[in-house]
Amino acid sequence: MSMAAEERSVRAPWALTAPALMLFVGVLLIPLAMTVMLSFHDWGQYKGIEPVFILKNWHEIATDPYYAEMFWRTFRIAILTTLLTALLGAPEAYILNRMDGRWKSFFLLVILGPLLISVVARTLGWALLFGGNNGLVNKLLMSLGVMRSPIPFMFTETGMIIALAHVMMPFMVLSVWAALQRLDPQIENAAMSLGAGPVTIIRRIIMPQIMPGVLSGAIIVFSLSASAFATPAIIGGRRLKVAATLAYDEFLNTLNWPLGAAVATLLLVALVLIVVGSNALIERRYAEVFR
Amino acid sequence: MRRNGPLALIFHTIFVIVMVAPILVVCLVAFTPEGFLSLPTNGFSLRWFRAIANYPEFIHAFWVSLGLGALSSFVALLFAVPAALAIARYRFRGRDALAALFLSPLMIPHVVLGIAFLRFFTSVGLGGSFAALIIAHVIIVFPFALRLTLAAATGMDRTVEMAAVSLGAGGWTLFRRVTLPLILPGVISGWALAFIQSFDDLTMTVFLAAPGTETLPVRMFLYIQDNIDPLVTSVSACVIAVTMTALILLDRFYGLDRVLAGKGGDTGR
Repeated sequence: MSMAAEERSVRAPWALTAPALMLFVGVLLIPLAMTVMLSFHDWGQYKGIEPVFILKNWHEIATDPYYAEMFWRTFRIAILTTLLTALLGAPEAYILNRMDGRWKSFFLLVILGPLLISVVARTLGWALLFGGNNGLVNKLLMSLGVMRSPIPFMFTETGMIIALAHVMMPFMVLSVWAALQRLDPQIENAAMSLGAGPVTIIRRIIMPQIMPGVLSGAIIVFSLSASAFATPAIIGGRRLKVAATLAYDEFLNTLNWPLGAAVATLLLVALVLIVVGSNALIERRYAEVFR
Repeated sequence: MRRNGPLALIFHTIFVIVMVAPILVVCLVAFTPEGFLSLPTNGFSLRWFRAIANYPEFIHAFWVSLGLGALSSFVALLFAVPAALAIARYRFRGRDALAALFLSPLMIPHVVLGIAFLRFFTSVGLGGSFAALIIAHVIIVFPFALRLTLAAATGMDRTVEMAAVSLGAGGWTLFRRVTLPLILPGVISGWALAFIQSFDDLTMTVFLAAPGTETLPVRMFLYIQDNIDPLVTSVSACVIAVTMTALILLDRFYGLDRVLAGKGGDTGR
């Protein structure tokens, strides 16, 4: 390689990425830093935002049990949603993977397609299905004899978890499905020829191999559920607040921006720590699978 | 491989019904002839689609969403295509860090992005403007534009480029006449996926939209907060139709399974 060409190959990638890099620094990193700073500013009903450095908002979040309860609710909903998607999504991905080519791609499309359809429209669908005590879901469950009296879905955590699980399900199916692609079907046949029953095969052969897929799906579903806005806002209503809807209220109704910024910063930091931490754990635990 | 047993197929059937039900219900209710929400609905009428015409704010929001999605996806590509070419072709220091930065809008909760953009654009005097919406949407759709362009650029046959260079093609000609046409399917799919993401975003946009610059999801959300009636289902049905159109476009140019499975990989052409 000549000197000029060598120099060009050092400079060229930076010249090509420079516009995008400047864009990201200018309108992503700077605004994020400004938000963290905003959380240390003071606010009053009449004086507005005061650019001073105080810990008032952080102190309020740390001491007022309202925030502890709200964050606990946020993470409880996210955990239960994650469990629900894993319990239903993993078997579905397995069943999907065993179908014939054409059916497989058809149903994959049906299950993953909703990923790209407006969350507002999907959540509206659940609001229609839940709709009061004589909603379709209640009618169906009672006529099937699952329960005697209608249970409320709207404005409850149960309803939020069901709707969120529906919104997040494609991510879980996708993640497990990707893990299944790496799996050698001959291992299953080998186990069968050695006399293993279907339960043993699933427990001893399939489960250990798709576990990394389930876990990485769980991380995606958890972090998206913990920061979800549309579904909790529509199904949960104004009373049942989660982190994202609370931050929205502080910003656009109460106008206490510094406090809203503190809630958002805490959510971001908590999620980054959880995601990075569990990623590291999974990679250590399943090092041989990723190799 | 063993086949699915009857139990597995029952599970599968229920699973698919539950996945499709909410979307189907919205589309069914949209065609109700009743003046209120009723399920199951009898009869068929387009009255709630005609009713949209009486709500200019929905129509205005639709055009805002359409323009915003088309424009921000296009601008995102202007930045993403050169960046993708650099990341696909060169091994340089900071390459991984740059790629991580460019994909980071996927990891940051949209509520946090909304707050950060609201704070930023208000303080630079662009609060509530269409320009602010465009810039914010460029950031959130960037990862999608980058990923599909990257897949196309990685899988490209570079001998064609070498042939063009040996025939005397220079930088810009080479890009315009050889490189761009070769990665075009990836670029168009990146545009379509970015468009869908922009068109559907609520969480971030709800912080930035002002009365005049409300997008359709924001308008629908604010409407649902007050009351749910068949009107919002017919609007939703239109939204679903627009998304489906973009999906079909995506499928034609690229193959939907590859977009969804995120496995453009080395065959991204």
